[in-house]
Parts: sequence; structure tokens; C-alpha cells
Amino acid sequence: MKKKNYGNLFILFALTVFFAILGGMLYTGNIGRQFTNMLIPIFMYIVLAVSLNLVVGLLGELSLGHAGFMSAGLFTGCLVSIRLYGLVSDPLRFVISMLVGGLVAAVFGLIVGLPTLRLRGDYLAITTLACGEIIKTIITNLKITGGARGLDTGHVYSGAKTLFPYAVVLVYLTVIVMMHIKNSAQGRAIMAIRDNRIAAESIGINVTHYKLAVFVIAAFFAGAAGVLYGHCFANVKAASFDYNVSIEILVIVVLGGMGNIFGSIAAAVILRALPEMLRGFENYRMLIYAIVLIMVMVLSNNKKVQSFRYMVTGKLKKKLRERKAAKQAKKGGEMNG
Amino acid sequence: MTVFIRTLISGLNLGSIYALIALGYSMVYGIARMLNFAHGDIIMVGAYSGIVAVMSIGLPPIVGILLGVIVCALLGITIERLAYKPLRQAPSLSILITAIGVSYLLQNLALIIFGPEQKAYPMFSGVKSFQILGAKIDGITILTLAVTACIMIGLNLFINKTKIGKAMRAVSEDKGAAELMGISTDRTITVTFAIGSALAAIASAFYGATYVYILPTTGSMPGIKAFTAAVFGGIGSIPGAMLGGIVLGLIEQFAKQYISTLWSNAIVFGVLIIVLLVKPTGLMGKTIQEKV
Amino acid sequence: MANKVKLVPGKSPNLFTERDAGKMPVLECIHLGIDFGGLHAVQDFDVAIGPTEITGLIGPNGAGKTTIFNLLTKVYEATSGTVLLNGIDLKGMTTPQVCKMGIGRTFQNIRLFNNMSVLDNVKAAMNHTIDYGFATGILRLPKYAREEKLGTEKAMELLSIFDMQDEAGDRAGSLPYGEQRRLEIVRALATEPKLLLLDEPAAGMNPAETTELMENIRKIRDRFEIAIFLIEHDMNLVMNVCEGICVLNFGQIIAKGTPEQIQNNPEVIEAYLGKKKEN
Repeated sequence: MKKKNYGNLFILFALTVFFAILGGMLYTGNIGRQFTNMLIPIFMYIVLAVSLNLVVGLLGELSLGHAGFMSAGLFTGCLVSIRLYGLVSDPLRFVISMLVGGLVAAVFGLIVGLPTLRLRGDYLAITTLACGEIIKTIITNLKITGGARGLDTGHVYSGAKTLFPYAVVLVYLTVIVMMHIKNSAQGRAIMAIRDNRIAAESIGINVTHYKLAVFVIAAFFAGAAGVLYGHCFANVKAASFDYNVSIEILVIVVLGGMGNIFGSIAAAVILRALPEMLRGFENYRMLIYAIVLIMVMVLSNNKKVQSFRYMVTGKLKKKLRERKAAKQAKKGGEMNG
Repeated sequence: MTVFIRTLISGLNLGSIYALIALGYSMVYGIARMLNFAHGDIIMVGAYSGIVAVMSIGLPPIVGILLGVIVCALLGITIERLAYKPLRQAPSLSILITAIGVSYLLQNLALIIFGPEQKAYPMFSGVKSFQILGAKIDGITILTLAVTACIMIGLNLFINKTKIGKAMRAVSEDKGAAELMGISTDRTITVTFAIGSALAAIASAFYGATYVYILPTTGSMPGIKAFTAAVFGGIGSIPGAMLGGIVLGLIEQFAKQYISTLWSNAIVFGVLIIVLLVKPTGLMGKTIQEKV
Repeated sequence: MANKVKLVPGKSPNLFTERDAGKMPVLECIHLGIDFGGLHAVQDFDVAIGPTEITGLIGPNGAGKTTIFNLLTKVYEATSGTVLLNGIDLKGMTTPQVCKMGIGRTFQNIRLFNNMSVLDNVKAAMNHTIDYGFATGILRLPKYAREEKLGTEKAMELLSIFDMQDEAGDRAGSLPYGEQRRLEIVRALATEPKLLLLDEPAAGMNPAETTELMENIRKIRDRFEIAIFLIEHDMNLVMNVCEGICVLNFGQIIAKGTPEQIQNNPEVIEAYLGKKKEN
């Protein structure tokens, strides 16, 4: 228990340092335009990855429809924001539109979560993908969301400097909520379902209840992130949030480590920044990205690499244990003496 | 009536393409228990090899297709050896991500080699069209249906009668037991990838003939649809993949014709969800009861 | 099948041992049965178990023993008959509901939450003790800390009864086999059951571990005052620990009684060893 909490504190500390540095650079103007444009999307990908990790890492269900929730939240939230523009103060407008976007996405999460009660594994994966594509099609064909031409968000468009505080708060909120869920009775129930559904039921865990809750919570944060994401652009099209985006988020989660919150954050930053950093290589950047992805997967599952890692971490653990034991022995000795 | 017949035929045409791709998905899944997300991109590779063979080298179309089949089969084997084989024991998500990586890799290689602009698929431009019950049907459509039917019959014979086919069934049933019986899993998996990729190459020729233009991302949507078809029919089941592909193609074309082109994808996916809710393991998939 | 069964405390016809003779049985199965596509996997299963009784369920492989556990815990819904837990009909309940009613179980092939710690395995089962909602957990309200602390204390206490307190922080999947079996029992006990179902608890254990298990089974009954119903192939364990034994063959009860009665029953001997060749 104690050890885990130190881990959480470390994540929050690292996030704070990260935000402080980026914030400092952003507001003092020590940052390129290209990088400024990347900032909010990176934060949003952190939120998306951490929330998807609740589904994939903690609940153990493969979801390929996360972009659908984001999209549902994005469009409702931006519509609300457009309507409220000039009527209420900006902070209030952002908060309200994020809440509405999140809630609408949560409703979609509930709907998409329902099939999960009956389907498993790959059948569930294709269903979530299908749901995401259906959401995309609906939004593309609705008049109110601008149809295929996309929604004109020109006059609610906000720069990174305006959106930064909201994005920071949303990232903190998502991370803290996920941490708290992970270390609670509900988190234990969710992980129990992941590890062994039948045993989980046998100890009185209501699988239906928790599966739906996970989908709803994850969708809420994806939706809220979508709202802020939408404010970074002057025009948003539903077609840009297809299954490829869902896959991209999934890749972040898997590379960061299942159920590992810090891993999701780090992977989101690196994977979103990497293609941008490789801009000089233009055509080759996605190629390099693909090769890195394959290499990481193959190497991390390589027996030799694994045993090397265990050897290193094992030695570290052993040293720590020895040190602890020595300390205790010393204490005991003092007490006896 | 004419419209109905035309829609039916074009649905069967599209369904045949989906079925051919879905077969690859399903066979690989049945034997290696993995979702080969890069399978769709094999179609794209097949189409580009056809273009190169016919346009640049000047080979006759049929040789171009054969070349595409060989290239894709070899590519399938290579991908399996380099990317998937090291991950046999890895968690299924790692394999899925690797497959996604391979998909990105193929798309971006094509982007670098052939550029982002679309290329026209040249073959079969001279095939005659027919009149069936008043509807004008392209000769190429008839050819697609006939070839697909032959392939399906041939594949069924291959799976049920030949030694390798039986080995494939044995491995998909129980890998461990198959190995104890002296069947080489590695070789079986290699053969499966080769066949699956070859089928995708044939599908690419029909796809090119129907849709003409080829892009580096051409494979991804038919790939997803074929994956849907495979799941729809019950993933791992060969007759399921055939049925799933045909049904999906029909639904898509009829939805386009009678409801709306814009909504056709949503309708296809909607039907998939409904079918899965009623039959959680697809039309022809086995219901697996977890033993307690 | 009528749902209402008149129960007279102490007069259940299905109770077959002396220990709890005067008491109302904790579990009563009346004509319990299930068909799998025409096959009668279990038929007319009539057994009652007293509130502090250890009962064994034995029989050859494939006799339907685990199926009975699955019927009791609602993994399968019975096609006929009634299950009463402390006189309450369990018809239509789900597995989690049955658990809350007071049936805890272990599995033939161990089913632990392998990637969670030993302590979390136990705490996950403590729905009775750790009781707060999602909001309390997320907002870390004072109730959260209170309940968690209480839960940890109780879980540690439970673990220490079975001498597992030192492994509390270990990953459950990394425990040695014998301890995994023990942890599964601890986890089932954490649900505060009135009836504990043990499915082949001694499978794969060496003689020393089996002896320890026998002591533990008695300890559980005496300390928690609950009934235990166990499936086991180890006859030494069954004959030594159980007060009542029920023998199943081809889904039907062929004998019920005390260990002595079972040992001398010709039908049981036949089921296990085959028919004697007539000269």
C-alpha cells in the first residue's frame, strides 16, 4: 500500500515539473510555434491514454472505439461552446462545454459498454471499433455538426495560452481519478474481473456493474478531452476521428504498459512528440515510427532482453532488501542493547 | 427489378472481395490466434505489384496478377518470420500492436515508393459486358464471382483433403496435440500466411478492377471490412469467412442503393453489432463455454 | 417443481449425520438436477448439510461433482429442483448474489487474481467489510480511509490465521502451488460465507501439505462455525475430516452416510473398483 502511494506522488510530482517547464516556456515565449501547436494535443492524448488504460489495462477489455467517445464529446462540447460564446464568461464556458461533452460521451460509453456484457476478446474489439465508426458516420451526416465539411469552430478557437490551464487541470483530474480508482475497492473489483471473471463473480463482484462503470468513466474523460481538442482548431471534421485514432491511443497504452499510469503519460508525450521531432525527415518519419513500434514490441518480448531486465531489477530489489534487513537488524540490535 | 439485379450482382462482387480477404484473416486467426491487422495492406501491395508489372515492365495482365500473388505470399511469409514469429509466446496485445506497426510500415513504404497520388489499375480494360435480365453486368464482375467460387471450392478441398490442409485444421484445433502428432506448427503457420496473402493478392486484382484507383492507404478500409466479415461469420471458421464476406458485401451495396451511400458503413457495422449480440461468436463460430 | 418447501427445523429428511441432527440445515438440495442437451448430468440430488458440518462429495471422474458446485453457485441454472440456503430459495439468483447470501467457493483449477497482491486478493472479496461507492473512492472521503484501514486489518488477520501474513505484498501468481490453494480458501472465507465449497482442495499436494490442509479444514469449521462441503479424491482426507459423505455416480447419489457406512457400502465399492466377476 505504502509503496504504491509513493509511486503516485512521484507521478504527480513529475507531472507538476513537466507542466511548470512547459508553462514557463509557453508564457515567456521561449517556444516555437510548431511546438505551441502540439502542446494541447499532447495533453489531450495523455487524458485519452490514461482513460483508455482504465478499460484496457485495468478491466482487460480491448477497446478500439475510444476516438468515437472523444468525437462525441468534441462535437457536443464545441456546439455548446459556440452557443454560449459571449453569453457567459470564458472560464465558465469552457467548464460547461467540457462537462456537457464529457457527459454526452459517457452516455455513448454506456451504450457501447452494453455489448461488452455479452461479448469477449476480439468480438468485443471489433464491436467497439464498429461503434466508433457508427458515431463517426452519425456526426458526419448530421446538419448541426456541419456535415462532411466539418464544424466551423472558428470563433471559439483558442490559442495554447488560453487552453493551457484547462488542459492542465483536466490532465490532473484524469490522472488523480484513475489513481484513486486503482487503489480502491472498485479498482480491486475491476482488476479481479480482468484476472479471473469467474472467480470475481464467485466472491460477489457484480461484473455488469463494474464493466459499465469503467466504460462510462473512460468515455467521460475522452469526451472532455475532445472538447478542449476541438478548441485548438478552426474547423473539425468527424472523419478525422476514425478507428486509426483509436488505434493510436491503444498503441500509447500498450507501449506505456498495461495499467501503468506513468507509462501512459510518458508514452503519450513521446509518441506524440516523436513524429514531430522527426519533421526534418518528412516522408521517413512515419516509417521510423512504424519500425520503432515493431522493434519495441519484439525486443520487449524477447526472452534474453526480459531475463536481462529481470536480472537488473532483481539485483536492485535484492540490494534494497538487504539494506532494509541490515537496518532492521541494526535497530533490533540497538533495542536489545 | 433491373436495379435490384444490378445491386445484387455488385453486392456479390464486393462480397467476393471481402470474402477473399476475410479468409486470410480467419485462417491466420484460427491457426496463430492473432489478429493480423496488416492483412489489409497486403491488398495494397498486391495492387501496386500488378501496376508495376503491367505498366512499368509491360507484362500481360494475367502474369501481373500471378506476380502479385507471388510477391504477396513471399511478403506474408517474411512478415510472419520477422515480426510475428518472435512473439509466439507474447501476450496477444503485443502481437496486435506489432501487426499495427507492420501495417504502418507497409503503408509508409508504399507512400515513399509510389508517392501520395492515386494510380490507375490497368488490367482487364477490354473485358466485354453482359446483359442479365435487363441489367448490364461487367464481364469482370462475372469473372470475379466465378474465380471466387472456384477458389472457395478449391480451398475447401485443400483444407479437407490434403495433408497440409489437415495439419492446418489440427493446429487450429489444438496446437500442443498437433505438435505431439509430429506436425510442425511453424511450417503450418508459414503455409497459412502464404495462402492468406495470396488470396489477398487475388482480391486486390478484383478490387483494382472494380475501383480502379490505388493509394497507399487503399488496403485499410477493405481490410477493416473484411475483418468485420470474418468476425461476422465467426472468426477462425473458413465457411464463416466466406459467408460473412458475401453477406457483408450484399448489405453494403443494398444499403448504398436503397438507403443512403453516406450511411452504408454505419448500417454495415450496425448489422454486425446486432448479429453479435444475438450470436456472440458470429454466424458460424463455435460457442466456447469456459470450463469452471 | 414447487418453490415452497415446508421446512421443519431438525426434521429435514435429507440430513444424514448426527452432528447437527437437531438443527436447521444451512444447505438443502431437493431433487436438484440439470440436463445438458438431453444428458442428465445431475439428477435428483437430495442432500442437506448442517450448519457446522463437514460433508464430502466423492465419486469417479465425470460423476457430476463439480457440476453440483456450479449449480449451487449459479454458474449453471438448475433445470429442476430447489436449493435452499438457510431456508431461502436461491432460484433465479446470480453468482454474486449467491455469494452475498453466504456461499463461498474455491475452484478445481486454481482461479486467483494472479496479477494482484495477496492482500488485494483477500480485500477484493471483502464486500461485507469494505463498503463504499465509486464517489467515495475517487474523492477520498474520510469513509474511504476508515473502511480501507478496517479492511486491511481484517484481511491481515485472516491471512495470519493461515500463516500467510508475510506474503501479503507478494503477487498472487508468484506464490508456490500449495500457498495458492491456501490463498484461494482465505479469499473465499473473506466473503464471510455460511457454507464453504472446496473443489478438490488437496489436488496436487504432497502428504505433508495434505495433513496441514486437513488441520486447516477443521480449524475453519471450529473457528468460523460454518459448514464445509468438499469434493476430494484423497480418501484419507475425506474419511478423516468429513462427518458425512455423499457418493455420486453418473449424476446420481448412490450412497450417503458416515465414513464407516460408506467404506462398507457394496455399491460404492462397485462404482470405484468395478463389478466383481461372478465365478
